Formats: sequence, C-alpha cells, structure tokens
Amino acid sequence: MKTSIYLVIGIFFGIVMYKSEAASWFRIYEMFRFDSFHMYGIMGSALLVGILSVQLIKRRKWRSFYGETIQLQPKERSFARYLYGGVVFGLGWALAGACPGPMFTLLGAGYWSILVVIASAVLGTFVYGLVRDRLPH
Amino acid sequence: MEYILQPWPWYVTGPLIGLTMFILLLVGKNFGMSSNLRTLCTICGAGKKSELFRFNWKEQRWNLIVVVGTIAGGFIGAHLLSDGTAVDINPRTIAELKSLGFQSAGAAYLPEELFAPGALFHLKSLPLLVAGGFLIGFGARYAGGCTSGHAISGLSNLQFPSLLAVIGFFLGGMLMIYLLFPLIF
Repeated sequence: MKTSIYLVIGIFFGIVMYKSEAASWFRIYEMFRFDSFHMYGIMGSALLVGILSVQLIKRRKWRSFYGETIQLQPKERSFARYLYGGVVFGLGWALAGACPGPMFTLLGAGYWSILVVIASAVLGTFVYGLVRDRLPH
Repeated sequence: MEYILQPWPWYVTGPLIGLTMFILLLVGKNFGMSSNLRTLCTICGAGKKSELFRFNWKEQRWNLIVVVGTIAGGFIGAHLLSDGTAVDINPRTIAELKSLGFQSAGAAYLPEELFAPGALFHLKSLPLLVAGGFLIGFGARYAGGCTSGHAISGLSNLQFPSLLAVIGFFLGGMLMIYLLFPLIF
C-alpha cells in the first residue's frame, strides 16, 4: 500500500518535471542567463505553495496520514558548507543541465546518455564521503 | 487534450511541484532527491570507506520508489503526453547557443551535441557529462541537498541555510555559463 503511494508520487513528479521543461538543459541555460521568467515562475510558485503548506502543517499541528508527527528538521547552522557546496552543485547543474530529480525523468524519457551523468553523480557523492573531513563545513 | 500535449505553463507546474512536497510531508517524508545518490552509494558498499554511508538504507527505500516513479513519469510525460520535443526558449538564447555551436537549440529537448548517443564518442561530450554529474553529486552532498531539498523543501520551511545554498547554486551556475562556457565551447 505504502509502496504504491510513493510510486504514484514519483510518477506524478516525473510527469511534472518533464512537462514543465525543468528537465530541459536549454531551460536551465536560459535561466542562468536570465533570458526568461519560466524557471523563476516554476520555482516561485512551487515555493508559494510550499510555504503555505508548511505553515498550515505547523499552525494546525497536522499529523501524517499514518498518525505520526510531521518532522520538519531545521537545517544545521553553517556558512561554508552551504555556500561552497552550493557553488559546486551549481557548476554541475549548469553543465549537465539537470539536477537529481530531472536526471531520472530524462532516463525514463529515453535519453540514455543521462546514465553517464547519473553514474558520475553517484561517484561524486562517494568521493565527497571520502574527503568530507578535509573540507570546510 | 491539445493543452495536455503541449508544454505545461509555469503557473501550473510550479504549484504541482509544491503539491508534491506537501503530499510527501503528509505521508511523513521529506522531499529530497539527492539523498538517493547517497543511498545508492550505501547499497554499493560505500559504508566500508566512509561514515557518511553507514546507515540502514532500507529506511530510504521509500525514496528509491519515488525515483522509480520519477523514471516512469519521465517516460509517460515524453511518450504519452507530448507531441513534440522542441523547447521554446528565448530567441536571444537560441542565437547565443548557436554561436557556441549548439545547433539544436530551439529544436530539441536536450542539446544533441551533448546528449545524442553518438555524441558520447566525441572527445568532448563524454568528459563534460562525467564532470557535470560528478560536480552535481559532490556539491549536493556537500551542501546537504539539491534543488528539491534546499530550493523547495528548505526554503518552504524558511531555512536560512537553504537560502545560502540556493545563492551558491546560482553563483556556480553563472560562473559556469559566463566564464567557463566560452572557454569550453
């Protein structure tokens, strides 16, 4: 039962990623050049719905469908890790034109070359794990 | 049906992405796609090499199922719900891309020059895709999240660290496009 819920959420998300063109390398390039409102509209309106839903959950103290309290973990305080990590991520995002969600969407859409990006992203994650202690956080 | 087959406007898809996060919260989970990259490392045995990968990956099974759904959703979106692949970007952007050598700009979903299967054998494309993926994976874990975890989940919860991360995403992206692209392409 739970499995099928996650599957449906994923399918929904994958369709939205593809149809919004947020999974298009061209849209990402256009966004970083500030040539279109499209991606900013997507993120801004997603955020508006997101902020409202988080406020709703917090103020009404909503519980999950399974009766658990909904955990909204605050992010750990730091400066360096978010800024440096963010820059590294942004360099890759602009080059490959896909972030971790769209990568999988593109695989389903039949762009097999994206497997190279996915495998390299797993490798990048692994290497981060190896050198983590030597980086400023 | 015609509306469905065309690209969906931002004011429809943006709220639907927010809704995805909301539904996940309601079933008790936090929206974040890059965690799956870490989980995949753990499944491959990376726990032997770093503390980061020592956790019970079965707790993240639900997220891997979301990934399987996302792949299926990509298939449905591209093959059942679309009648073309051209992405209608700004003509100015198209001209700029053509001057960099991307002839497929404005006529495809992804640049053929990088993603067409044949392009993998070009001297340039393969290393670029490897580098791009590597930076994404490394950066997402370093920053503790990607676009979904920070730009959507984190900012929705008004987290200052997520704002820093998103500023970092844009600094990195602009560095790549304005400074490095003219050198690479």
